[in-house]
Amino acid sequence: MTDLTSLTISQASEKLKAKEFTAVELTESYLAAIESANQTLNAYVVRNDDQAREMAKASDARLAKGEGGALEGVPLGIKDLFGTRDVHTQACSHILDGFKPRYESTVTQNLWDDGAVMLGKLNMDEFAMGSSNETSYYGPVTNPWRNKGSNQALVPGGSSGGSATAVAARLCAGATATDTGGSIRQPAAFTGTVGIKPTYGRCSRWGIVAFASSLDQAGPIARDVRDAAIMLKSMASVDAKDTTSVDVPIGDYEGAIGKSVKGMKIGIPKEYRIDGMPEDIEALWQKGIEWYREAGAEIVDISLPHTAYALPAYYIVAPAEASSNLARYDGVRYGLRVDGSDITDTYEKTRAAGFGDEVRRRILIGTYVLSSGYYDAYYLRAQKVRTLIKRDFENVFNDGIDMILTPSTPSAAFAIGDEEMAADPVKMFLNDVFTVTVNMAGLPGISVPAGVDKGGLPLGLQLIGKPFAEEELFQAAHVIEAAAGGFVAERWW
Amino acid sequence: MSVDINTVKRVAKLARIALDDDKAATMQGELNAILGFIDQLNEVDIDGVAPMTSVVDTAMKKRKDVVDDGDRAEDVVANAPEKEDNYFMVAKVIE
Repeated sequence: MTDLTSLTISQASEKLKAKEFTAVELTESYLAAIESANQTLNAYVVRNDDQAREMAKASDARLAKGEGGALEGVPLGIKDLFGTRDVHTQACSHILDGFKPRYESTVTQNLWDDGAVMLGKLNMDEFAMGSSNETSYYGPVTNPWRNKGSNQALVPGGSSGGSATAVAARLCAGATATDTGGSIRQPAAFTGTVGIKPTYGRCSRWGIVAFASSLDQAGPIARDVRDAAIMLKSMASVDAKDTTSVDVPIGDYEGAIGKSVKGMKIGIPKEYRIDGMPEDIEALWQKGIEWYREAGAEIVDISLPHTAYALPAYYIVAPAEASSNLARYDGVRYGLRVDGSDITDTYEKTRAAGFGDEVRRRILIGTYVLSSGYYDAYYLRAQKVRTLIKRDFENVFNDGIDMILTPSTPSAAFAIGDEEMAADPVKMFLNDVFTVTVNMAGLPGISVPAGVDKGGLPLGLQLIGKPFAEEELFQAAHVIEAAAGGFVAERWW
Repeated sequence: MSVDINTVKRVAKLARIALDDDKAATMQGELNAILGFIDQLNEVDIDGVAPMTSVVDTAMKKRKDVVDDGDRAEDVVANAPEKEDNYFMVAKVIE
């Protein structure tokens, strides 16, 4: 029998419905794969074996009756940022020590309502703050990809590093992830997987641990464009419990795949050609342009003049919102408590012990930029720059551009413990230089694997769409996938 | 702009994060690197630009003023480090 973990979501669903194997068998295959790989890759922080078996059994009962939802019996990994009822939910932080919510996030509830099975909770950067998964309280995640002929362990990117590794190493059929500045698209690019950050407001944020509320969006990381479309369809909803959930109908994402892009206008922004970008990435971008030309799309040079300011503005807005959101971790209501001499001392000791270095840095930056006398100089200025960034996109879309093609990242995956990155927090931030503009403007963006670099590491191209144009993104992303083919890491773990 | 060590300590106090002198010194260097990066924004002409309030044009949703959830005290305190009779327990605050 073929290894069941090699099947995509769409293939597995079809075979489950045809009774070629059971949901329990499929789940057992993944549990065995996790058992043998997790010690090396560290993708899962919590395994959910018993509950997964129960959920699979229930799926089999529904499938036997010819019932079942769009993801019936499909085993998924869930990023540790999503609240899952009575199951470890800690945003990979020590401060949420022992936290098991009494509620289920809307996104995960949507997945369970469609029949999906939860394999466990996935590793991530602490509170989603990081681009390498190295800030996790549970240690770094290893990328299943390595440079040709090298044993050096590479990062899977972040913050959704566990999600990306689990999908690339076939430790789940698909995974949930979240993206505040690039946390879905950068790890997807680093691992040869597909990741989409939908339009702000497409997926409910209810029950997801908050980082920066005006930027956070949930989305899937999957093995191919079709699987990403199937997962997003299930994750997306209009939710009364999230006031920023937008009341727009959910598109036929899977149905858009295979439609021609003939006549589509694809913009190439000159500001994304940055100094020091590796030749491989420039060459890949050109290849992408060629693929679209051949598919009948019209390529148009465009300008997004405020691109360079997105990252510095992000490092005001995101920490400011984080410092406010993370004020709730006080050692009183949930999670870790370190007792002090009085209540203030308890707060200070608890928060010093519970937050890691990166989170502490960002809380302090956020507190500083919001503090008396500095608000106008920092936060207000950043929000005005954000208006200009969004206007750049509106201008090109108003000029008739349908979507924008860029590289996903300025480099391929780098080594765990990279000294330059560790020594300079700003260098780590630059990972998100191509993705963060999309969060600042609230737009949808998808990263699709498009090729490999000289060392054989995967690289991604990003498509940026108009608000709620996810269907068009899936339609166009498939062109890259069809031309580039799939990318599977050679198994060494 | 850059911050001195006293500002770092003051901000840490505001954020309720204990910071010893060594950590404060390290943090000062890191924060100044980030603030130096952020300073690029001073190049941007923002005259007459309105600050972003929402990325999606949408009217604030309002719900009916009715009770539709509640009576879950046990759930609310379920994860508390210390609790008694559905109360959060802390050290005495008022003498």
